[in-house]
This record gives sequence, C-alpha cells and structure tokens, in this order.
Amino acid sequence: MYVAVKGGEAAIDNAHRLLADRRRGDRSVPALTLDQIAEQLALGVDRVMSEGSLYDRRLAALAIKQARGDLIEAIFLVRAYRTTLPRFGCSEPVDTSAMMVERRISACYKDLPGGQLLGPTFDYTHRLLDEELDGDAEVEPGHQRADAHEPVSRIADILGGEGLIEEDLEQSPLEEPGDINQTPMEFPLSRAMRLQSLSRGDEGFLLALGYSTQRGYARSHPFAGEIRIGEVEVEVFSPELGFAVPVGRVQLTECQMVNQFKGSAKAAPQFTRGYGLVFGQSERKAMAMALCDRALRAEELGEDIVAPPQDQEFVISHCDNVQATGFVEHLKLPHYVDFQAELGLVRAMRAEHAERQAESLPDMKEAAE
Amino acid sequence: MNAPTYNFAYLDEQTKRMIRRAILKAVAIPGYQVPFASREMPMPYGWGTGGVQVTAAILGPDDVLKVIDQGADDTTNAVSIRKFFQRVAGVETTTSTPEATIIQTRHRIPELPLHEGQILVYQVPIPEPLRFLESRETETRKMHALEEYGLMHVKLYEDIARNGHIATTYAYPVKVEGRYVMDPSPTPKFDNPKMHMSAALQLFGAGREKRIYALPPHTEVISLDFEDHPFEVQRFDKPCALCGAENVYLDEVVLDDRGGRMFVCSDTDHCETRRQSLPLEGRVGGEAAGVGSSKTSATSIFDAVVHAEGTPPGRTSSGHPPLKGEGSR
Amino acid sequence: MQAEAHMLEGGFAEPVLEAQATFRAVMDAMARPARAVKTGSRAAPPAPLTPLAGAIACTLMDADTPVWLDPRLSGSEAVRVWLGFHTGVRFAAAPTDAAFALIGDASDMPPFDRFAQGTQEYPDRSATLILQLDSLEGGAPLTFRGSGIKGEATIAPHGLPADFAAQWGENTRRFPRGVDLVLTAGDRLIGLPRSARLVAREG
Repeated sequence: MYVAVKGGEAAIDNAHRLLADRRRGDRSVPALTLDQIAEQLALGVDRVMSEGSLYDRRLAALAIKQARGDLIEAIFLVRAYRTTLPRFGCSEPVDTSAMMVERRISACYKDLPGGQLLGPTFDYTHRLLDEELDGDAEVEPGHQRADAHEPVSRIADILGGEGLIEEDLEQSPLEEPGDINQTPMEFPLSRAMRLQSLSRGDEGFLLALGYSTQRGYARSHPFAGEIRIGEVEVEVFSPELGFAVPVGRVQLTECQMVNQFKGSAKAAPQFTRGYGLVFGQSERKAMAMALCDRALRAEELGEDIVAPPQDQEFVISHCDNVQATGFVEHLKLPHYVDFQAELGLVRAMRAEHAERQAESLPDMKEAAE
Repeated sequence: MNAPTYNFAYLDEQTKRMIRRAILKAVAIPGYQVPFASREMPMPYGWGTGGVQVTAAILGPDDVLKVIDQGADDTTNAVSIRKFFQRVAGVETTTSTPEATIIQTRHRIPELPLHEGQILVYQVPIPEPLRFLESRETETRKMHALEEYGLMHVKLYEDIARNGHIATTYAYPVKVEGRYVMDPSPTPKFDNPKMHMSAALQLFGAGREKRIYALPPHTEVISLDFEDHPFEVQRFDKPCALCGAENVYLDEVVLDDRGGRMFVCSDTDHCETRRQSLPLEGRVGGEAAGVGSSKTSATSIFDAVVHAEGTPPGRTSSGHPPLKGEGSR
Repeated sequence: MQAEAHMLEGGFAEPVLEAQATFRAVMDAMARPARAVKTGSRAAPPAPLTPLAGAIACTLMDADTPVWLDPRLSGSEAVRVWLGFHTGVRFAAAPTDAAFALIGDASDMPPFDRFAQGTQEYPDRSATLILQLDSLEGGAPLTFRGSGIKGEATIAPHGLPADFAAQWGENTRRFPRGVDLVLTAGDRLIGLPRSARLVAREG
C-alpha cells in the first residue's frame, strides 16, 4: 500500500503501459476506427462535443477511444485540448429559425406549420434488444422528406405573435453576452453566462435537477414548446469584407420550454420560457437544460427561491463534470499528512476521555455506597 | 521550430498575462483571493491545476523546480507534475529544497526555512476559509469586505467547548497583516508558523475555484486563536526513525496488522540530507535503511525496521499514542 | 511609410521568454516593495515611452486591459500606434476606466484617487500605475514598512508628484482598495503596492 504511494516514476510508466494494453483489449478483435465511433456511436460523440465544448466529431471520437468509452474522461480530454487553441474571434449569433431541421416536435399543438417531424428518435421504439445488430445486416436507407431544406418556423415565434409568451431578447443586441472562458465567475451571473455553463454542464446532473423541478422542487409547469434538431450555418463577421461569411455548419439540438407565469401588477399574464441549446443530437440534455434555465430565472421573475434548482451558485458551481470528477476523484490522492494530523488529535482526545472516565469511576463507586 | 517556444510552460501567452496580472494584484493585497479565469489543464481539477497554472505563469528557463506532495518528491502526483514541467518547459528540476527557485507543493511546507528569492507555490482545493461556515460566495465575499470574521472565531470556540480543543488540525485559518483571514491550503497546522515572516514569496493557486492569493516575503501571518487557548502545533514525542530529526512533521507508517508503527520524516529531502550528513553508525537502520542511495523507497523504510530493529520503533509499551496532540495541559 | 513600418518594430524579439523575464522582475519588485530591481528587459518603443515601460506594457497589457496614457505619452501618435500594435490595448478615455496607466510625467499626473480603486468586495479591480521617472535616486527620501519589507526600506525616487507623501497616506487609508505603483527609470524598477506604508519621519 505504502509502496503504491511511493512508487514514483516507474510505477506511473507501468500504469500507463497497462492502461494502453487494456484499452486495446483482445488483439484478435479488430481495433475500432474513429469513423466507426463517429458514425455508429454518434450520440456519445455528440455528448462529448457538447460537454467538451468543442465541435469536432473526429477529435471527440478519438477522445472516446482513448478514454475507453468513459465519456466524462473523453470530455476532459477534449476540454484540455480546447483550452490550448488560439481564439480567432467570435461567430455571429446562430439563427435557429433558419435551421435545416431533421426533427421538430411540439407538445403544445396538434399540428403546426412545418408539421411534427419525428426524425431519428428512440421515442417510439419498443425497447426490445435486437439480436440482429450482432452482425452487419443490411440497413435500409432512411426516407427524406421532399421539403427537407425549407426552414421551419419556431413555435416561440408563433406564440410570440400573439404576445402570449415573453420576448426572446432580454439583452440588447449591443450588449456583450460575456464569455465563461475568459471571465472569472462572479455571482449573480447573467442569463447568458448561465446558459453557457448549462450548455456544457453534465447531462446527468441537469437531468436530475430538471426532474426535481417536475416533482415540486421549484415547480414551473413546463410544456415542451418545441424541440428541434438540425444543422445551422455558423458565420463570422469579416472586417475586411464588411459582412459575415459562413465558416461551416453545426448540428444543434434546441429546446424551448413554455412555462406558466401568472403575471404581475405591471405585466399581463404570459408564458415564460426555459431554453436549452446543445451541440449535436442531445435531446435529453437540451430539455433538462431548459428546465434548469427556467428554474434559475426565479429571481428575475419574482419567484421565491425555495429549491436547489433555483439557486445559481448551487447549480452553476456544480454542473461542470470535469470540475466535479476532478475534485471527487482527488480524494484518492495521498492525504496522509492531514490524516496524520487528525489521527493525532483523535488519539489525544480519546486519551483524555479515558482519563476522565478513570477519574470519575471512584466517585461513582462512592456515590453508590 | 516555433512550437516549443510558443508552448513554453503549456499555457498560451494571453492566459499567462491574465494569470500574471492576477498574481500582481494578489501580491499587492496579501491574503485577498483574486478571481481569475482559470483554464482547463491536462490534469484533473483538484489535482493541482491552480498551482500548475501559477507555476506555468511564473516559470522561466533559468528556474530550478521542485515539486512535492505530502512533503515527498517521489509521491505519484509530485512525479507527474514534475514530469509535466520537464516536458512542456524543459526546466531543470531538483529534489533539493535550498537549490530550488520554485517549489510547488501540496499539503506541506519544507522543513528547511526558505530563503530570499525562492517562491513557494501551493496547490489549493478550497481557497475560501469561510466556505464551511457559509457556502455562498456572495456572502463570504461580503464578510471579507467588511472584515466580519466573528463566525470563524465562534466556530473555533465551539470546538473548544465541545472537545476541549480546536478541532482543526490542517487548513488552519490565519490572519494576514491584521486584515484578511486566509486558508493556508490543507497543510497541517504544524506548518502554519513557517508562513509567518518567511523570506520566500508564497503564491496560492486554486484552479477549480478560480482564485489566486499570495503572501509576500516578511509578511505577518498569525494563526487564529484565543487568549485562553493559544495556537499550538502538533508535537511528536519521538524523533524521525530514519534520521533522528526532532521538531519535524512525521508520517506514521503501518508496519504490520498487529499495531506496529514507525514514524519517519514527511519531508523526504530533509530526511535524506540529514542521513547523508550523519556518520554511518548514527544512521538508524544503517545500510539496510537504504542510506546512501539517493532515493527513499518504501522498501528501504520497511527494511530499516525488519532488519535493523527488533520491535517497531513507533510502538510504545504503554499503548499511548506517540503523538501528544495539542492543548494538553 | 517608413515611420509606419518603424511602428511595427521594437517589440520583444523573443516574446515568450522576454515577457516571462519582465514579469518576474515586476513580480519581484511588487513582492519586495521599495527596493530597486535591475532588469535586462527592454523593448524599443518610440520616445517618450521608455524601453522598460514598453517592455512592461508588452508583458502585462492586452485587449482585456484598458490603458490610460498621460498627456505626455498620449500626445505621441507614435506611442499610441506602437502600443496598439504590440499589445492590442484599448485606450481608456479617463483614468478611472483604466486597468493600467502609463505616466510619462509623474510630477504632473492626476491624483491617485482619480484612478480605479477597486471595490471593498473586489479590491483587485484597481489600477496599476507605471511611472517613468528620470531617476530612482536623488529625490526626497521615503521610508516604507509593510508586507514584503524586512523592517524598513528607504528609497528616494526623483520626479514623483510634489504631494506624494500625502497622497500615498490616503492610498494606504483606503486599503484594501487603492492603486499600485511601478516606478521605472533606466533599467531599474521599484514596486510600491498599496500594502507599503509610508513611515512618517520627524523633521
């Protein structure tokens, strides 16, 4: 045990060698290619891109392979790489109403312009294990609808037309949204900064918090106004050209939750929103994010802060899984110096306790007699 | 061949500038926690990313770097961080405390007093000394602003009322130059007095919590206490079983499952330097203790006991703990 | 055209290593106040910006740090262009908006309290003033105590504001708010962080 701690350099080298060996596994099984991971484990890749905060399928696939499928480890690999990249500039805000949607559903209306598009969803699959996948059976190509390249209007815009839902922009377009990478966190955070944190926050953590809001902890009566998945164009303003030029396309999942709001003395009753936006196809994450976003707006909307999902210091300080896993796992580092300090104190206190017991014993005997 | 220069010490130049500016403000306001835009590092948060960022921002090609964890140069995390800087900065490293210009540490301060010109960089997990009394940053920041430290004294006094002792044995809060209450990082309180009026510059980096703070040399650092319960450090009633050093912090090594213990220096460099200067017959465990080899290895410690000592030196016949603890009157 | 091309020169030849060396000199000066630190750091900015002040600018300033120039320096188009090119700084219109100030003529500079002092919660959000002096000697002796100083330290920089002692006393009283100074002359610099307290001398 002590040897393990004092093992030093050779031990580390050996551990890395063994790790590489275990990562590769049985050599008679062909090695995974990055294409295989990116194509066939695409949702894992999406999660790594989203929480790794870097849109690059190949690197995410590489990270998943290197991390032996441990997605949080893969997210960490991507983040540590991302932080070394130079910043060339900021993109223009992406326009999700111009998204080429592959999936778009709304729980608020039976039908709406553009229709309900199920897209590639697990939703109505019967969760029966499919033994046929243990092989490489022919798979039919998917159907593509004829108007796949038409933009589909957003449900929020439809509700907004009637004034039934709050406006999209709380910030003036001139106001810088801030950047969680460049600025030390100072509470209270603006909604823009919170959304950035939530977008790369841990899916499991946000899922549990979002779930708790449904069960009465900061209840906000949500309706899934719209969930859309598809590609949007990313544009960067070019000072030389004087206009924005497209630099590529990214796949996004956007969720607009429509939540109840009673209105106030000043404001007429209208629906409020919770918003989720993540890289790739990550519907669960986008929905959970939207629930958390809405809960975190409690103060702004004059609601009492009564539950953890409404507490920005609690939610934002703990939603980052790279930070969380680092600190939880650091407990396995040696702490024997501090433990020794505690050990010494407990021993001293136990000795004093025993002394006091011994002193009080004769008294008790006397009292009994 | 631009790449190696650009990646010197891993961080990009913009990040270094940001960290350097934070360090300067930290130095100007001793004990105050300066927020900074901490970066992801290629080691996990909680494993020294704050210390690593501070070291990376100050390190130059002429520096000689020492990295310790638990006082030892050869613990795995210390080895790993040292290797990181060897790789990304090509910097010279040492295990010798006096030869180092920068010492990055986790949980200990070297036994040998540091000298003018040296920099001690601490890895800090939770920089806020008030955090366990008040979990909200917005509140603790206000408390520092208003110098409202009563809560801390109440907490320490409650310890005394309940246990007869201040039950804080490490990360023991200090007051800097009569103004800021500061967390010394999870060093045992044994090390607190070494911070007071140290000749070295002490820098503290908390990566996950995104804070940097500092103690310039010759700065007053007082451990919080009470008139009727003055601050006291841990005392060990045995010297180091390997080098015989007294008044140093000792690690307890479990020798067997029958209560066998031995106590050896936590500061491995201090222990080795002493053993090398001792005459051979004065060395505990003699050759079997690994004396003369440049490394303290676990086996050498065990050998010292198994071969040279009949009974484990840490075990006392009375069964009393070798550590007196503090506050016993 | 030639003048413009000249503006693009005079930065660090080895930006990474020179910035590191300059930073260490500044950190050393701040950590040991009222003690001159000699440094080989120099850039080659256009006058009246000095090589050392130029080096400090290249080391610490960038697009995230608004900089205020005193009239002596801001009067030079060449200085502004050079700083903009080599550091990417934005210039602050008023002293109070600046993270750094470069002072070409300290004897006629705005009072310290006109610069950002930080807040009680965030005292770090305060200005660092870099003063170009003719000499770090020959002025009235000033003795300091405080963090970073073993006992006392005396300096006699030449060219400080006439009411420096009174102003610095005010700065000390504002602690933890306040400004920090870097005094430069030739190849030497002295740090005067807000923690350095002026010792009153009899007579």
